[in-house]
Amino acid sequence: MAEQMITRDLKVSFGDHQAVKGVDMEIRPRAVTAIIGPSGCGKTTFLRALNRMHDHTPSARVSGEVLLGDRDIYGDGVDPVELRIRVGMVFQRPNPFPTMSIRDNITFAPKRHGLAKGKALDDLVERVLRQAALWDEVKDRLGASAVGLSGGQQQRLCIARALAVEPRVLLMDEPASALDPTATQRIEDLIYELKKDYTIVIVTHNMQQAARVSDYTAFFYMGLLVEFGETDGLFTNPREERTEAYITGRFG
Amino acid sequence: MDTASAPPRALRLRLRHLRDRLLVALCLVALALAVIPLVWVLWEVVGVGVRHVSWEFLTTLPQPPTVGGGGWANAIVGSVVVVGMAMVMGVPVGVATGIYMSEYGDNLLGKSARFLSEVLAGLPSIVAGIVAYGLIVVTMGRFSAVSGSAALALLFIPIVAITTQEALKMVPGHQREASFALGVSEAATTLRVVLPAAMGNVLTGVMIATARIAGETAPLLFTAFNSRYWMEGVDRPTATIPVNIYSYAISPFEHWHQQAWAGALVLLAMVLALNVAARTLWARRARFMAGD
Repeated sequence: MAEQMITRDLKVSFGDHQAVKGVDMEIRPRAVTAIIGPSGCGKTTFLRALNRMHDHTPSARVSGEVLLGDRDIYGDGVDPVELRIRVGMVFQRPNPFPTMSIRDNITFAPKRHGLAKGKALDDLVERVLRQAALWDEVKDRLGASAVGLSGGQQQRLCIARALAVEPRVLLMDEPASALDPTATQRIEDLIYELKKDYTIVIVTHNMQQAARVSDYTAFFYMGLLVEFGETDGLFTNPREERTEAYITGRFG
Repeated sequence: MDTASAPPRALRLRLRHLRDRLLVALCLVALALAVIPLVWVLWEVVGVGVRHVSWEFLTTLPQPPTVGGGGWANAIVGSVVVVGMAMVMGVPVGVATGIYMSEYGDNLLGKSARFLSEVLAGLPSIVAGIVAYGLIVVTMGRFSAVSGSAALALLFIPIVAITTQEALKMVPGHQREASFALGVSEAATTLRVVLPAAMGNVLTGVMIATARIAGETAPLLFTAFNSRYWMEGVDRPTATIPVNIYSYAISPFEHWHQQAWAGALVLLAMVLALNVAARTLWARRARFMAGD
């Protein structure tokens, strides 16, 4: 199920400003890849290029290749809507749909994609809520508003919602930065569980978090990929001086 | 530091306090100036109107002034039908225009639509009447309820389009992104995520626009015209409350003046009832969206 992603000379610019300046990176399946770097280094911009979210920003220009499996997602005949079923995304702030119940938040997309209905849909709701470690907390109030949940619960609901369309890759943009430490811990545990089945890319401001959850780490600086490697190696023995400066807290 | 040149701290604080209170006082005066006429109008309409509203007024046809008695039943029905048809024409067009301007309008067509909506929202209502007269009354060869509705729809649509646009723009972008990220198309995102989230404000816009057209008189003078009888069909002229208020109020008969006050009260009550009904129906969903 999990697929690898490869970027080749990926560039993203907004008007005159180039935010990502040619990045080559291999994202391994069934592993967590963390992207770290100071604010404005292009890490979120890079992440959003992986499921073509920039298509909705008129000033954004993307060039280079992004391979999902062996297909360029910016190539001819790729429907961005279909692509996003395979490459899901979880955002910085929990963003459940306020007009929908907990259950409807999850079933909204699968219903539209014709993935399941009736009993199968109920099973899907239970399965993804269990995967997101939220089932026990909400199983008795699936019809209640999603906005009534706590921030951490909302974020797990958003993860469950993303899993419900059965993606191959899950992109997470600082998924725990708006949450308290306990909720953060739960999200991190969840990421650890999910990497058995998915390819996960997580952008984070928090280096401890990157060290805890990821197998590979990429350090971005000024729109460039400065260093990329196994997390253990990158944190204990960085090859680049800028990486070392950043992870030891000398800038950023 | 030299403290002698600056006013002492306590004095400065008191001055600041005084300025603060002066500003609040000015705001209160402005508020009073805005609210007093409003309350006064309501007081007059309700106070005088309530003395002259009767079962007969609500349920019977008008009588000649020399006979006395009679009612505005045909005008009440006429207003409901004319305004109702204007809403049936105006809500889909206005809401769809608002959706286009907000979600897809980042282009010349969208800009033109916004400009035209703003111009049309300031259209003198009698001009809307003339347009409907020229296009429909002249073509059909007679006054009709439907031509009145068309004139009112012309006033209704730009208001609804603009308020719908504003309502959709207030839905945070992360809601759209959440939907896009699930592989949901733009159209489905707009209809199933953005529009429902904005529905409360869209509804408010529709209510404001309805209240506005329900009291319009000028566009109906030479479209729906008037009638002393029950409406015979939407392609026939009909009495409406605002036109009746106008013609009764300028008549020389004291009895008709009283009926004009009663009519004003009925119109007010109808707009209010529609508003309350819409709010009540909406309240449950609003509570749900607030997390209850």
